[in-house]
Amino acid sequence: MISEILKVENLTVRFEVKRGGGWTKKSYLYAVDDVSFTVKKGKTLAIVGESGSGKTTAALAVARLVNAQSGSVLLDGQDILQKQSEDLRKIRQKVQFIFQDPYSSLNPRKRAEAIVREPLDSLSSKSTDEKAQIVDELFEAVGLRPEQKRLFPHQFSGGQRQRIGIARALATQPKLIICDEPVSALDVAVQAQILNLLHKLQKEFELTYLFISHDLGVVQHMSDSIAVMYMGKVVEFADRLSLFKNPQHPYTRALLSAVPTVNRTKRAEQKRILIPGDPPDPVNLPSGCRFANRCPIAKPVCNISEPKLESIANGHRTACHFVKATKSALHSLG
Amino acid sequence: MTPLLEVKNLCIELITREGVALVIDNLSFTLNAGETLSFVGESGCGKSMTALALMGLLPEKVGRVASGSIIFNDENLAQASNDRMRAIRGNDISMIFQEPMTSLNPVFTIGEQIAEVLRAHQALSRKAAWSQAIELLDAVRIPNAKGRVSDYPFQMSGGQRQRAMIAMALACRPKILIADEPTTALDVTVQAQIFDLLSDLQQQTGAAIILITHDMGAVAEMAERMIVMYAGRKAELGPVDQIIDRPRHPYTKGLIECVPHIQDDPSSERHNLVEVPGIVPSLREFGKDQCLFASRCPYVTETCLKSRPVAKQFKNDQSADCWHAEAL
Repeated sequence: MISEILKVENLTVRFEVKRGGGWTKKSYLYAVDDVSFTVKKGKTLAIVGESGSGKTTAALAVARLVNAQSGSVLLDGQDILQKQSEDLRKIRQKVQFIFQDPYSSLNPRKRAEAIVREPLDSLSSKSTDEKAQIVDELFEAVGLRPEQKRLFPHQFSGGQRQRIGIARALATQPKLIICDEPVSALDVAVQAQILNLLHKLQKEFELTYLFISHDLGVVQHMSDSIAVMYMGKVVEFADRLSLFKNPQHPYTRALLSAVPTVNRTKRAEQKRILIPGDPPDPVNLPSGCRFANRCPIAKPVCNISEPKLESIANGHRTACHFVKATKSALHSLG
Repeated sequence: MTPLLEVKNLCIELITREGVALVIDNLSFTLNAGETLSFVGESGCGKSMTALALMGLLPEKVGRVASGSIIFNDENLAQASNDRMRAIRGNDISMIFQEPMTSLNPVFTIGEQIAEVLRAHQALSRKAAWSQAIELLDAVRIPNAKGRVSDYPFQMSGGQRQRAMIAMALACRPKILIADEPTTALDVTVQAQIFDLLSDLQQQTGAAIILITHDMGAVAEMAERMIVMYAGRKAELGPVDQIIDRPRHPYTKGLIECVPHIQDDPSSERHNLVEVPGIVPSLREFGKDQCLFASRCPYVTETCLKSRPVAKQFKNDQSADCWHAEAL
């Protein structure tokens, strides 16, 4: 039995960057660098990170909307990266996307029903009647009224538009739905509506989500496991309880402590870990740990060798020289 | 103590295609020297419009102050001339915007843009203004300020641009700094840096800050008092900690509860988030004699639809414009 819907191994995506004139040497930006993760059926894996960390590129590569340089993306046991033409079309039915901005991801000249029907038109061979029925069911599932089918995107509010985007993603009954910051463009009160809807649909249809977000509160609410990315690398991977109770990587800790909280006792107790400066230039990455220049516990070794993602507890992996040290120290203590 | 700024019964009208809309409806509040006051609410609730009115920057021929007053230093800014406002803006009251990229001029260096403020308001020479620009960049913790002062905005990261904006806004040591969603476009670790910087600079300069945001967490960290805005009206006003402990307006309650706050010790069971159903009413509905939140409110009764709620004042400086404030 394969309970893993998605298995990504050693995924690397690089972009060519030209700096200076035509004679300068080509350089490469490794947006996603040797990233591996798995998602189980009916579960949610969240990828967290700041802008430029590679989380969206990783998701695009999984759906093959950008081409990966190396690695494999196994969806239900089949490698998406190896598929060509007709096979690729078939497998695309199984991966659908919910985009961040509901304003620019819907065609303004199409009616809502046509937008929701579009994946069926291009990817399935169903009859017109069947498609119409599926569209009706989808409208109901995402909480839109049947009479809204004939409206155009501009006649909907932001939250309703995101519902159309969700209905469209569900149309081909995909195995995996990639949600790329699905609520970050919405007002806080509307965010809750959409997050609850995504939960409801997950239970109803046993959906698997790859959930991209920079908002740790949303991630904690939505995910079963979490991959924290920094500069194209996964620096920590853990299940939800373990990551929030016991964050290991200094970047994860800083990220968690940076989130402003309404909880007064927590605010008083918690010393904020301020990480100074900005991330390094992604084209000229340092040779050691990519977080070393901002890390509060960096030592000379961090500038020399790059830490590998290693297991520190059951299912909890992190890439930091010193987490490992603490762990082996604990071991020697018995 | 007389407040630094006193806004009384402010009403702002916008001319829209469908007629005149009352986008700020009878808003009154005070701001004391050195404090941080936060405006919270969804988009379209009038937070930014209030800020623009204080700056005298309402969109020309579209928006105007219909009635009410903005008293600053015994002067009513609502009736001040354009020239007078020009002298105040950037000098006594200044503002930082949400998007540092679009609010900086891309064809001038950071140094020139900071120096411009100093030359305009303090009549400094080119040279003196330039060296002060370097000092200011240093004060907002931009590394190697001397070298970076001749950078153009595109050469800086988002966080650095926002620092440069802060340097510009604080150049003349204003008494009031309006920060309109200053960190919404930034990453959370950078947001933490900016908040830390703002608090430090506030202590040094004694400026009062008006922080506009939709993030309750940011309010809790930064502000002493807050005003919750809904559909152009004040929904609730009071000390931040008290309001978060016990919101007296159902909209405030919804805003606090609908956000998934991080817990240190999350349970494996997940509950649904509390929803505030629906959306902010359209501008056409603004100004009606009823509670504008009624259509989304779980506590709605007949009274709410018949007349506009009056502010209920509580003993602890909290006040809520809701017919059911006492029961909440």
